[in-house]
Amino acid sequence: MYQTTYHRPSTVQEAASLLASAEDVKLLAGGQTLIPTMKQRLAAPANLIDLGRIAELKGITVSGGTVTIGAGTTHAEVHTSADVKAAIPALAKLAGGIGDPHVRHLGTIGGSVANNDPAADYPSAVLGLGATVVTTKREIPADDFFAGMFTTALEEDEIIVRFVFPVPRKAAYAKFANPASRYAMTGVFVAVTGDGVRVAVTGAGSDGVFRWMDAEAALASDLSPSALDGLSLDPSGMLSDIHGDAAYRANLVKVMAKRALAALG
Amino acid sequence: MATISLTVNGKAVTATVEDRTLLVQYLRENLGLTGTHVGCDTSQCGACVILVDGRAVKACTMLAAQADGSTVTTIEGLATGDQLHPVQAAFREHHGLQCGFCTPGMIMAAVDMINRRGGALDEQTIRHELEGNICRCTGYHNIVKAIQAASAEMAGMRQAAE
Ligand SMILES: Cc1cc2nc3c(=O)[nH]c(=O)nc-3n(C[C@H](O)[C@H](O)[C@H](O)COP(=O)(O)OP(=O)(O)OC[C@H]3O[C@@H](n4cnc5c(N)ncnc54)[C@H](O)[C@@H]3O)c2cc1C
Ligand code: FES
Ligand code: FES
Repeated sequence: MYQTTYHRPSTVQEAASLLASAEDVKLLAGGQTLIPTMKQRLAAPANLIDLGRIAELKGITVSGGTVTIGAGTTHAEVHTSADVKAAIPALAKLAGGIGDPHVRHLGTIGGSVANNDPAADYPSAVLGLGATVVTTKREIPADDFFAGMFTTALEEDEIIVRFVFPVPRKAAYAKFANPASRYAMTGVFVAVTGDGVRVAVTGAGSDGVFRWMDAEAALASDLSPSALDGLSLDPSGMLSDIHGDAAYRANLVKVMAKRALAALG
Repeated sequence: MATISLTVNGKAVTATVEDRTLLVQYLRENLGLTGTHVGCDTSQCGACVILVDGRAVKACTMLAAQADGSTVTTIEGLATGDQLHPVQAAFREHHGLQCGFCTPGMIMAAVDMINRRGGALDEQTIRHELEGNICRCTGYHNIVKAIQAASAEMAGMRQAAE
């Protein structure tokens, strides 16, 4: 790892002004993506701003049909939260399927969503549930947040503070994990809300997480796995690698979507 | 440079380290606690697992500066004098190791899962909980057996204490 200067602000405001004033700077949350990347020298920020001790970024609250989760809340905290389990059990289950216990003890929802890895789990929940991403500057609807692989609407000096998830009528997440890395080869998050059905797919698309609109339309009138029978995805928009080619992934999306629908109950 | 103060295996320590120092480097190189191993540079193998404030983390994926103010337990801190921790004793009894390289991380991960879940653990739970620990030698069977035995013994000890 190259030299870096470590900063540890204790408030979001302090972090935001450091971020705005320092050159060549990165935010450090759980470090479960950034530190491996720095060890490989694929990232070498001159300055690191550790968000780990900022109380305002932590915690989970449920009120008035929404679940609010601080950006610094760990995967383990979301997984074991009685509030999340009661309001959006699919979200608690998703968090418990990320990586391994040690990664879940440090990794955060904010870090995962900001990173927008095409194989990460959380982006599918944020998009599938139609959450709002609240930053130090504005509120961004999920539909406007994800902008392609490892790319988001976040500006360089913007920090995610929290996520507001509307509580769905029901939701389910089905993940086909890569057996070596545990990341999603394909993960499908299905949510039934007051405004209709949303289907978000991670792990498969070459532009990162996306909504499968054809499936949403088919499910509007028939909320069952068989409603997807006649549908297919275009492999040209799918990731292709040694673990599975584009045609395989296009089919896997349908298979995992059906599994999520079956799990909706 | 960062000045850090933490408690490692019950002892208070203070040091000045480069900001980029990984916690595992600090433990091994500054404190000489070489029981915590480094088996990869991709944060995947779990040989470096220790407890920070009671939770299992990968010491290769945390800066020493991030651990400032924390309480750390490494494999060296588990035994009480000559008396092995029940998980250590179970690994010996059930032949839960061959070369031993993964063993410190396995044992710390086992202590964490037993503390967190409580009670006697079943095989499926243990295998799932070990997803972050890789062993090149054993095929895992005896590791799982050792953790199963230790979890049952520790559950019994807790009951007896109540
Ligand atoms: C072995 C292993 C297995 C894994 N398996 C999975 C898996 O199965 N599924 C999965 O989804 N992920 C997986 N991950 C990734 C893990 O979930 C990370 O925790 C996550 O991607 C990043 O979160 P973090 O808190 O660790 O962020 P960091 O690594 O600290 O930061 C990641 C990026 O986000 C930025 N950032 C962090 N917080 C904020 C914020 N509040 N506002 C703006 N930007 C911010 C940082 O600047 C950085 O660019 C795995 C990681 C490892 C090491
Ligand atoms: S050394 Fe491999 S995970 Fe830490
Ligand atoms: S005993 Fe050799 S790596 Fe596990």
